[in-house]
Amino acid sequence: MTPTTRQIELHHLAHSRTGDKGGTANISLIPYEAECFALLLEQVTEEAVYELFRHRRPASVRRYVLPKLCALNFVLEDVLDGGVNDSLNLDTHGKTLSFLLLSLKIEVPAELAMRFARKGAAG
Amino acid sequence: MTQSTLAIGCAAGFGGDRTDAALPIVETLIARGGAGVLIFEMLAERTLALAQLERRKNPELGFAPLLELMVRPVLRRCLENDIPIVSNFGAANPQAAARLIQRIAAEQGIHNARIAVVEGDDLSDERGRKLLRAYLKPADAAREIVSANVYLGAEAIADALRAGAQIVVTGRVADPSLVVGPALAAFDWPADDWDKLGRATMAGHLLECGAQVTGGYFADPGCKDVPELHNVGFPIAELEADGSFVITKADHTGGIVNAQTVKEQLLYELHDPAAYLTPDVVADISDAEVEVIGENRVVVANVRGHRRPDTLKATVCFAGGWLGEAEISYAGPNAEQRARLAAEIIRRRIGNELKLRVDLIGSLSVFADDDGNALAAFSSANARDVRLRVACVHDDRSAVEQLTREVTALYTCGPAGGGGVRTTITPRLNSVSCFIPRELVPARFSFLQ
Repeated sequence: MTPTTRQIELHHLAHSRTGDKGGTANISLIPYEAECFALLLEQVTEEAVYELFRHRRPASVRRYVLPKLCALNFVLEDVLDGGVNDSLNLDTHGKTLSFLLLSLKIEVPAELAMRFARKGAAG
Repeated sequence: MTQSTLAIGCAAGFGGDRTDAALPIVETLIARGGAGVLIFEMLAERTLALAQLERRKNPELGFAPLLELMVRPVLRRCLENDIPIVSNFGAANPQAAARLIQRIAAEQGIHNARIAVVEGDDLSDERGRKLLRAYLKPADAAREIVSANVYLGAEAIADALRAGAQIVVTGRVADPSLVVGPALAAFDWPADDWDKLGRATMAGHLLECGAQVTGGYFADPGCKDVPELHNVGFPIAELEADGSFVITKADHTGGIVNAQTVKEQLLYELHDPAAYLTPDVVADISDAEVEVIGENRVVVANVRGHRRPDTLKATVCFAGGWLGEAEISYAGPNAEQRARLAAEIIRRRIGNELKLRVDLIGSLSVFADDDGNALAAFSSANARDVRLRVACVHDDRSAVEQLTREVTALYTCGPAGGGGVRTTITPRLNSVSCFIPRELVPARFSFLQ
């Protein structure tokens, strides 16, 4: 990390929602400000998301880019231990997982990190 | 709103939703004038299997348990103001649901309500099972079926409305079809005008989870605040004859409709944005745009549609054994270590016979995996208020009872200061999906006599 950048949680930059179908979860990722979309495109890659969810052994991670909506949609196959059918998780649907994605650390220009700190966004 | 605008309000997004959401929607539709429709979406994947079990116990049950609480407060207002009600609350017994609605209407002094029932989705009878055997995997085809339903589309709903239905009761239909049906009936679109069907389908997709587009499932204090969330208003879509629509909400309610709530719900349970498959159309939002045009008013533009699939999805549910869950709390100094020791005791006593999942609620739980990889790799956070949860599933109920007994025995045989044991054993349902050529599973409607 160079002195001109800071690591912050994705939660400062974007919001997210999880949906499920069977054992597959989809997790949207939507930046609060359009200017942050490029940062997300660059750093929230399929590989980065796979790494974050590795302990749940997704069969695949696919990222769909929706430039006009300024949003990303991640589809994680077989990440729910069988989902509502088979999972022993309290959260069989994986509804909480959007906030696992939002815990991803992102490297941002220090100036941007300062701006989010001033806004006082939590987490 | 133009003269021909069709306003569709959604007062439930699942079978357990709030029962007081409909009245503000109905009053909003009446105050605005013009054509209005009220929908309730009340069937998740497993809801229908539970309903089928209810029906076997009592042939007059098997519809959505909250139907009466949802409908009673608004039935008379809707019937007197020409607001049709369309819902899948018929679940496993649409005929019985229709009879109940007829009785409620009669109690409210209305004896001529035109109530239609859409059928054709239920494949749990002998004919349906025979059909399914050709499309299920052999191992699944041999299992005992609890419920089997195909996702019907919008056409039979539209036909019922065109024939003058004031209430349309369905079993399993694709959720967005609850909106597409009224749109087809109102605008007389050709059944292959894919772009218009795609737009109405995405309007339906945005409505089908109720408050999830108006500020529910959204608030994150300090980041995404929602006004008056305790009184969140449910959504209304204003559709035009070209399929374009505005998402808004009931008047005099809390909640919010903005670009963020609409984007989150647009992508909810969606995989490939270019191919959202329903019985009516393949909707495509890859070029969609969201525009705020007023307070709590959002337009979704550039939705397209492609030719509908030739097959319909069927969901088949089987008995899935017994789920056992048992919990105990540890708090204060060294709490996490005591909870971990308790888990270790359970593992050593029954871990060889049963596949156990362990959660340390308050330290690591829902983010972790069933195999315990995350928990093993997770160094202790020294949480001071931890609830140990152990879960297992087994076909044999007595095997599951072993787990609940062992966790209960931690009171006296486990680590110091364990309290608040709770145990539950519940039957589980498994489901699989298959695809059936649509011409083999026709939908039909009939009026309740």
